[in-house]
Amino acid sequence: MTSEPATRAPQKREYAGTDTSRRPVWQRALRWETGLVVVLVATLIFGTARSSDFLNSTTGFYIGLNMGEIAIMALPLMLIVITGEIDLSVASMLGLSGCVMGQLHSQGWPIGLAMVAALVVGALGGALNGVLVARLGLPSIAVTIGTLTLFRGLAEIVLAPRTITDFPAWMTSIGVVPVPGTQLSYSTVIFLVLAVIFGVVLHATRAGRAIVATGLAPEAARFAGIRVNRVKFGLFVLSGVMCALAGILFTLKNASVSYDAGTGLELNVVAIVLFGGVSIFGGRGTVIGVVLSVVIFGTLQQVLTQMQVQPEVQNIIIGGLLLVSVVLPGGGEAVGRLRARLRTGPHLARAAGTRRLAPPSSSDSSMQSEEKK
Amino acid sequence: MTTATSVLGTRFARGGALLRAREVGIGVVLLLVFGITTLHNHNFATANSVQQLLSGAALIAMLGVGETLVIVTRNVDLSVGSIVGLSAYVVGDLFKDHPGMPVILGFVAGIGIGAVIGAINGFVTAALRVPSLVVTLAMLYIIRGIDGLIVNGVIITSSNIPNAFIAIGFRTIAGIPWLAIIAFAVVVIVAYAMRSFRSGRDLYAIGSNPEAAALAGVPVARRIFTAFVISGSLAGLAGALFLALHAEVDVTGGTGYELLVVAAVVVGGVAIFGGSGTVAGAALGALLLNTINQALVASRVSAFWNEAIAGALLLLAIAFDRWLSLRVARGLRSAEGAHRDL
Amino acid sequence: MGLSEQPEEVPRLALDRAAKAFGAVQALVDGSITLFPAEAHALVGENGAGKSTLVKILAGVYQPDSGTLAIDGQPVVLSGPVAARDAGISVIYQEPTLFPDLTVAENIFMGRQPLRAGRRIDRPAMNRSAGEIFTRLGVALDPQRQARGLSVADQQIVEIAKALSANANVLVMDEPTAALTSVEVERLFEVIRALRREGAAVLFISHRLEEVFAVCQRVTIMRDGRFVRTAAAGDLTIDEVIRSMVGRDLDVLFPSTQAPVGEVVLQVEQLSREGVLHDISFSVRRGEIVALAGLVGAGRSEVARAVFGIDRRSAGRVTVRGQVLPNASPLAAMAAGVALVPEDRRQQGLVMDLGIDRNIALASLARLSRLGLISRTRERDLAADWANRLQLKFGRLTNAVSTLSGGNQQKVVLAKWLARDPALLIIDEPTRGIDVGTKAEVHRILDGLVAGGLAVLMISSELPEVLGMADRILVMREGRIAAELSRAEANEDLVMRAATGQLKGAAA
Repeated sequence: MTSEPATRAPQKREYAGTDTSRRPVWQRALRWETGLVVVLVATLIFGTARSSDFLNSTTGFYIGLNMGEIAIMALPLMLIVITGEIDLSVASMLGLSGCVMGQLHSQGWPIGLAMVAALVVGALGGALNGVLVARLGLPSIAVTIGTLTLFRGLAEIVLAPRTITDFPAWMTSIGVVPVPGTQLSYSTVIFLVLAVIFGVVLHATRAGRAIVATGLAPEAARFAGIRVNRVKFGLFVLSGVMCALAGILFTLKNASVSYDAGTGLELNVVAIVLFGGVSIFGGRGTVIGVVLSVVIFGTLQQVLTQMQVQPEVQNIIIGGLLLVSVVLPGGGEAVGRLRARLRTGPHLARAAGTRRLAPPSSSDSSMQSEEKK
Repeated sequence: MTTATSVLGTRFARGGALLRAREVGIGVVLLLVFGITTLHNHNFATANSVQQLLSGAALIAMLGVGETLVIVTRNVDLSVGSIVGLSAYVVGDLFKDHPGMPVILGFVAGIGIGAVIGAINGFVTAALRVPSLVVTLAMLYIIRGIDGLIVNGVIITSSNIPNAFIAIGFRTIAGIPWLAIIAFAVVVIVAYAMRSFRSGRDLYAIGSNPEAAALAGVPVARRIFTAFVISGSLAGLAGALFLALHAEVDVTGGTGYELLVVAAVVVGGVAIFGGSGTVAGAALGALLLNTINQALVASRVSAFWNEAIAGALLLLAIAFDRWLSLRVARGLRSAEGAHRDL
Repeated sequence: MGLSEQPEEVPRLALDRAAKAFGAVQALVDGSITLFPAEAHALVGENGAGKSTLVKILAGVYQPDSGTLAIDGQPVVLSGPVAARDAGISVIYQEPTLFPDLTVAENIFMGRQPLRAGRRIDRPAMNRSAGEIFTRLGVALDPQRQARGLSVADQQIVEIAKALSANANVLVMDEPTAALTSVEVERLFEVIRALRREGAAVLFISHRLEEVFAVCQRVTIMRDGRFVRTAAAGDLTIDEVIRSMVGRDLDVLFPSTQAPVGEVVLQVEQLSREGVLHDISFSVRRGEIVALAGLVGAGRSEVARAVFGIDRRSAGRVTVRGQVLPNASPLAAMAAGVALVPEDRRQQGLVMDLGIDRNIALASLARLSRLGLISRTRERDLAADWANRLQLKFGRLTNAVSTLSGGNQQKVVLAKWLARDPALLIIDEPTRGIDVGTKAEVHRILDGLVAGGLAVLMISSELPEVLGMADRILVMREGRIAAELSRAEANEDLVMRAATGQLKGAAA
């Protein structure tokens, strides 16, 4: 056996329709964001066409005001989805924390302390999710449907049937007045600051790399010393705390809270995250995409409301956008598969619902899997 | 030696039987809850009360049957609640605009609407390979939107609906409500099909090991499509029955049902990861959840506790499921030699 | 049909001079095998001999680049696995494809369940048929039990039953005894005899030569992708088989700078893992390469994982540079200077969808960050530096590692770990699935590192590699260390014997 000069194995390998998966993650993400920007611009144009002074600061204020809490909840959910899990309890935690804050305040607690208590409740709720999913390994979709119900139920126990409306006026003004010096609502500013932090963390810190690795290849992550379970646990706690923050803002904005605060919002949050380019399979997603998605949703809603389009049609549009955002890539792959099938003849049948398969990028990879000791 | 270990293994190892014990277990809990509550409040065991229990659970049980089919294949259908709402309203609207319409057509219309939506869900999930969570979530929005447009603020009331139709909602035979009978029939038919037809077993295969199913020649995409169509159709049927039961419907019909159904199904022993569980279990889960709900009311526990208890129950059910399957697997294994996890 | 030793005229299956290449790697050069009805035929050869490729060709998964296949004398082209199944060929892989939630009988008959009136599944008939198959095979398995929790041995039986129910008359068994106890092996042999009685041909691929001789009538030996010889088992001795398997001109030069051996870096004492490892003790010093050799299932990778902390050990102690490692903590192992290049490159060694630079940096993020923020320039510099040092061939550093060849992928994994400047490098199958040129490069790299004082624990199934690189060879067998050989005294023969329990006086 003589040694041959090192040869460069061919890079290209025919694989049905998933050529894009060969490019690095950030490149693929860029395509999605570009699409979002296009959609955003289209929406803005649409808006200004309808009313010439659409693009003014008041609009911005109201969009931000409406979307603020949802946007804040979308950030940790994005990270959770990137690790391959999901958290459907977000809106219920928003309600629960708001109720806790309201109840304690109505019992004489200083508002500051009541807020801290709300945040602690958020952390505890998140920890419950984290223990069940990360430590016990239970499926997050089922668990968070359970905690969704549980948190809502706890909110009911804490507060029902009352509605608390007695909040310090200077606090509730955040619902009406922009942050001095800007034209944006308090929740918007908080969201933007958090978005920057999340963006930095996700794209430029160890924690962010660990999160992405956990979602893309949990086994390889473990072998590289990443504590996958701890990462997931931490993200659920983070989600709990941030949903509690959202709950506080929501309550103060409305200057009232009752046990059903925020019911149903979880679906909005999930829709926004998915539409922002975060893959439900895990491992992919950018903060910019989520921010753009938030802005698009908010703007769209604003435009449609100003056009006096019923909320129902707005729902249809949101649902349609969400559907399109997953059908396009899915359809593209289906066409690619069809073409490949016609080209290369019958292959090993593949089952629907299988997670994305890694393409056999090179000659040796197939040997790798079959060579036995 | 080998024979002995194999036989011993068999004793532990009718895993099937052990898990079927899950349905029995739910039944036991059901009876316990019922019994304990009756001790506190004798009115709980009156005919009227029991009928209420059965009727109240019937719709969710029916939805649970369809949802089970979908979940068994490792998918999920979050659009069922909105299908119920849409179907209920459209059927009501039809009756309103065509007062002479025969009752049966109302049902046909409801089922038809559900089937169409189910077909869309199924096509996108199976053919386009889009995760069902996202697809059915999007459809939920869209359907709610369409529903809102159609409703346009107009509420369908009992005056719009033929009496014969409404009767289905409260009539009984031998003390058993029609609704419960219909739900029971659905459960029996689908359970039988799941057990005795190849296509039913195919669903379990798909959920248990998708790659192996494809290798064994199971038409995976077709089966998943059918599961969604059935789920949608049953939701449509449930919508028509919703109308009959409540004798009125507005834009909020069926809201939140999807999560309720998933909860019932999980409590009923259907694994969220697919591959196992029965429609009978799902129906029992629905009945159990409803019974607990009503039991709390009857025990004069504050109604405010209902949801929290439901949530806690669901979490317990999920954890218990997991513990049970680990236990069963370990029990099945302990009798024999080297092991690799299936 | 008796247990005839004489082959009949027309072979059931005849593969002639099949060849298969994957890009630059010629996996099979000359694959030939003939199977007659009612025979159990062994296929032996080392890792890299081409056995698996040949099997995949028979299974219809690969189409050969050249060569012919004839079934019952008729030339045949297998366009895919379904075609192979229709032709009566069934492969029992090591990875079972069963449905855990369904019963054994349902597993056997999935998609083909017997029906009664109205197209309903005839469950009693199905269970009965399954029972009959088991009776034919001579095993006692309950068709109505759930498949989940079946032992590996029983899973195999179910797979065999599946094949029989699909009227397979050629059954290929790939390393079937790797994870079986001796009792289960006996049972499998009975099953194979039963299959032969039914007229089926069994192709038995195994490293365990005593088993081969216990149950097979003929033996085919392969080496380096080529057919070497076929003979009746009665006409061969184990010695001759081993010689045919490994005999080669050892003109492969392995670099071996004799480095000075320093102090102990890794000390493993009585390492055990319930049911997997028993009382493993050894040490590795600076400047030396210690190899773990042995057969599939011997427990080598398990040792690596237990030392690194991926798996929890049930007993024993691991000390690195004097520091005792806590149980099950890869982070602690890494902090102490241990690096692990895992066996499965694609699942464990790399994040396939991430770029080359990100993968190389993945284990060094702490070093690359300042105030918590990762410096992209330092990351890129690190990656570029190592890509250069290891002579990585790539397009752009940001390309996903899935675009690289196997050899270059392995270099990325190496770079990832070497970037941490470890004291101990555990490397599991350093050159598996890599082209010859890159293999040599990897060996050169390892040699250079060892000369510089690195301690290396190497796991390999390729005997030439083990013999050429290692200063000491620990041969493992069934979770224990069966023999320790120095470079001077080791040869292929000795290692194979120790691995198969043939060594006189060694732990059996």
